[in-house]
Amino acid sequence: MLAKRIIPCLDVRDGKVVKGINFVGIKEVGDPVECAAEYNDQGADEICFLDITATHEGRKTMVDVVRRTAQRVFVPLTVGGGISSVDDFRELLRSGADKVSVNSAAVRNPSLIKEAAEIFGSQCVVVAIDAKKKGDSWTVVVNGGRIDMNIDAVEWAQKAEELGAGEILLTSMDTDGMKQGFDIELLNAVCNKVKIPVIASGGCGTLQHFSDVFKETKASAALAASLFHYKELTVSEVKQHLKDNDIPVRNF
Amino acid sequence: MIAIIDYGAGNLFSVQNALNFLGIENIITKDKADIEKADKLILPGVGAFPDAMRMLSDAGLVGVIKEQVKTKPLMGICLGMQMLFEKSYEFGETEGLGLIPGTVELMKPENDLLIPHIGWNALEKNEECPLLQNVEEGDYVYFVHSFAAVTDSKNVAAYCDYGMKVPGLVAKGNVYGCQFHPEKSGKTGLDILKNFAML
Repeated sequence: MLAKRIIPCLDVRDGKVVKGINFVGIKEVGDPVECAAEYNDQGADEICFLDITATHEGRKTMVDVVRRTAQRVFVPLTVGGGISSVDDFRELLRSGADKVSVNSAAVRNPSLIKEAAEIFGSQCVVVAIDAKKKGDSWTVVVNGGRIDMNIDAVEWAQKAEELGAGEILLTSMDTDGMKQGFDIELLNAVCNKVKIPVIASGGCGTLQHFSDVFKETKASAALAASLFHYKELTVSEVKQHLKDNDIPVRNF
Repeated sequence: MIAIIDYGAGNLFSVQNALNFLGIENIITKDKADIEKADKLILPGVGAFPDAMRMLSDAGLVGVIKEQVKTKPLMGICLGMQMLFEKSYEFGETEGLGLIPGTVELMKPENDLLIPHIGWNALEKNEECPLLQNVEEGDYVYFVHSFAAVTDSKNVAAYCDYGMKVPGLVAKGNVYGCQFHPEKSGKTGLDILKNFAML
């Protein structure tokens, strides 16, 4: 039986880990390779780097961060942020990433998902969706929530699956940073419509939130950033809590 | 010295990173002389069976691998593990290295479980195997695959359960194969690689 995964995410800018709330008010908080190694020691099932660098120099730095991390951390490594071409995929996979996540570029150019899946395999194509409640449904937003693409988030997840996405990383912009729990309603709306694994992101603040998301939705994994970064909880505490609640997790 | 066989397909650098981390001497090579000199061989692989076998054959390495396993341990990883068997049915029918009796077939799990089988799954020990030293029953390793080996239970050191019994670790004489990725399986995976290096 597959284990539910806990994935710490590190937001990286110019080679440094940074963290903001609701995608604003960013501050620097450490070295990504060290942080990833620590999460690995805590029992993280996968490590996610989100590159929020805008410059070309910063992107080269990210490739180096990935390469150095892959020399020390032996769990799957997912890298996203600013990916816009098959060449970006290739460069990161060659540097040691196991999966690449693509967000706004895929919304603007969905064929990128198909091309990448055909060349590298679906297992390494993660489509990240930032969704925001709008009336009775959810809309896809990009650029850190600043731009509403007027696309239904559930339909977009289905389309991403059809195009060859191997996984959906679903972030609720309504719950992100609020620490009031994952967006169960949004997760169920998407999980019930796709067959590929969905990673829940945005809103966790307590241990209970993790057991809730696995009891109340079909999410395969839960991702968190600041919670782990500020050591409010450790990955091992979360996994112990899940184990105590009879949710299958990898022993650590 | 472990030779990581480079035939143009695979997760060579991940495997090398893990061996380097463990302080195990290794070389990525497609050179027959290196393969003959090495103490042990690792055959990695990612992608589709027919392409991989064709590349291995084009690189002129099929004969040397078959010859060398008579005297030294070989570990296949993921597709490299599948290539150890006699035949695969991925995209038609392709002959494998034939080092372990059995075939490679599309998985048909019960309960509507999804293919590919991706993620952390628990090892269930079956036959004694030196690679499982320090590995506990139920330890998790990382899988990414759609096809699986069909072979006699005596060749299977550990299974995992995914709506069917999936051979996770196979062994026959000098030949070992991991369907999972030991180089991405945390401490358990590193222990398995270390056990292989110490054979």
